[in-house]
Amino acid sequence: MTEPVLETRGLVKSFGALRASDGITLDLRPGEIHAVIGPNGAGKSTMIKQLSGNIAPDEGTVHFLGRDVTGLSTMARARAGLARTFQVSALAMEDTVLQNAVLGALGASSSPYRFFRPALKRAELRDRAMAALERMGLADHAATVVSELSHGQRRQLEVAVALTLQPKAFLMDEPMAGLGGEGSQHLTGILDRLRAEAPILLIEHDMDAVFALADRISVLVYGRIIATGTVEEIRRSPEVRDAYLGDAS
Amino acid sequence: MSRERILGAVVLLALGLVPLAAHVMGEPFTITLATRAAILALAAVGLNIALGIGGLVSLGHATFFGIGGYAMGILASHVQNYEPMFEWPFLFEGSTSMPFIWLVAVLVSALAALLIGLLALRTSGVYFIMITLAFGQMFYFFSISWSAYGGEDGLSIYVRNGFPGLNTLDPIQFFGLCYAVLCLVLLGAHLLARSPFGLALGAARQSPDRVQAVGLDPKRLRLVGFVISGAITGLAGALFADLNRFVSPTMFSWQTSGEIMVFIILGGVGRLFGPVVGAAVFVMLEHFLGDMSEFWHIWLGLLLLAVVLFARGGLVGLIAGREKAHD
Ligand SMILES: Nc1ncnc2c1ncn2[C@@H]1O[C@H](COP(=O)(O)OP(=O)(O)OP(=O)(O)O)[C@@H](O)[C@H]1O
Ligand SMILES: [Mg+2]
Repeated sequence: MTEPVLETRGLVKSFGALRASDGITLDLRPGEIHAVIGPNGAGKSTMIKQLSGNIAPDEGTVHFLGRDVTGLSTMARARAGLARTFQVSALAMEDTVLQNAVLGALGASSSPYRFFRPALKRAELRDRAMAALERMGLADHAATVVSELSHGQRRQLEVAVALTLQPKAFLMDEPMAGLGGEGSQHLTGILDRLRAEAPILLIEHDMDAVFALADRISVLVYGRIIATGTVEEIRRSPEVRDAYLGDAS
Repeated sequence: MSRERILGAVVLLALGLVPLAAHVMGEPFTITLATRAAILALAAVGLNIALGIGGLVSLGHATFFGIGGYAMGILASHVQNYEPMFEWPFLFEGSTSMPFIWLVAVLVSALAALLIGLLALRTSGVYFIMITLAFGQMFYFFSISWSAYGGEDGLSIYVRNGFPGLNTLDPIQFFGLCYAVLCLVLLGAHLLARSPFGLALGAARQSPDRVQAVGLDPKRLRLVGFVISGAITGLAGALFADLNRFVSPTMFSWQTSGEIMVFIILGGVGRLFGPVVGAAVFVMLEHFLGDMSEFWHIWLGLLLLAVVLFARGGLVGLIAGREKAHD
């Protein structure tokens, strides 16, 4: 078996009496899309935030590329190649689409302390940013201020910024949320091809997308993983139906 | 050219031409007013980097303004009184050379900004405002009690410090010098706003989570921005002291911090020429209204209120419209 790219063991996180993560163990293998599904409030975002380093787990470890990163900051994990998209878009709203993408390229180059030549005139940053925007179909909007983008375009920009990092793994928190049918299909196609470059841990409510994309699915309920398996296994699992899928499948 | 650039060019040109006309007509006081406006604008250009780009509401920039002022006062007073500043490890008699004084002013205020920033930037919002304010007050009371350098009465420097090739006591020449410094720093601020650093610092204000997610450290970006900002305001302080040939604890007062911020809010937060417009309007109001009534601050207050309520982009925003995204 190949080494997992990202792996977490026994992750526990409590908010007061609430155990938002209750001993989560899961891994992300090279070339795969591993989807995590679960009802609202199950603790999916809380798990992502511990993987990305935004919140510290009470217990458990996170390994990335074979290295224990449990104690590392978000910044250090990002520099090591872990890219994240946010459930609620976190973009520089007053800046243009291109500026947001260049920020990603700047992060990847990790040398922001340059004060004279304009960021957008630096070919190395600009090319990388434009390539990511083109992949997401946002190149025509490069000069648009983010606050003027539609919700769907902001979701696409979230992914584009992550692409500029050329990461070793993606953490995506509901990238399809609010995209609408066509938008979801378009993004599904992109993620499908993306897994060859870096595996994706995908949190998603859109079941069509999950069933179309996932190599494996984990089901998170009340902070626990109740099942992990292929699409077929998860579809057939009676526990999963009871706990989550209901009559959706 | 965008309207904002045209407006900037007009304002800068006017600020340069008015003293020239005054010089021709033999009205040195007008030149002094313009010099005051240029120096106060410079102080605000400094704050605008922290406030406008970084979103750091510092109510303590008088600290750096005062440090710049006292750097000038202390260095020059030793020469004036023929008392060496120190004799070990080498004899140092002080200095009356502007370039050297500026260097000291910039370095010491940058160091102060680094130390204050390290503490203050652990907090945000109201706490940040209060900590920067508290540091300003500490320096204010310290300067009052520092009797070696005039204490409450301040320090008078009788001869304006020198700059190679210029007669700095000639008002128009000193104005020209201050104006040149302002233009250079404005150019620097313009470049900085578009540089990788400016982009990252602006993003750290708008979305710190995003900045972290791409592997950059918002806290460090803010600290560097705060240091650059303090250094520029410190330079302005040294010039201000030379304009008045006098420094006093007033330069450290919270009113001074407030005024520097008022220039920016009047002119337009984060707008390149906002500080220049704001400082020029302030100096004009102070002069014309101050002559008519002691209570001219009431009018300033009303103007400020109008700007905050009806023109969020300040006067620059009012005239030039919404900022166009940088290209
Ligand atoms: N910082 C916090 N403090 C207290 N409680 C929190 C905090 N963050 C999350 N929670 C709680 O933890 C639980 C899990 O939240 P989380 O956001 O991880 O759910 P989720 O699975 O991402 O839900 P959704 O599908 O709605 O995005 C929720 O009950 C939430 O209210
Ligand atoms: Mg969530």
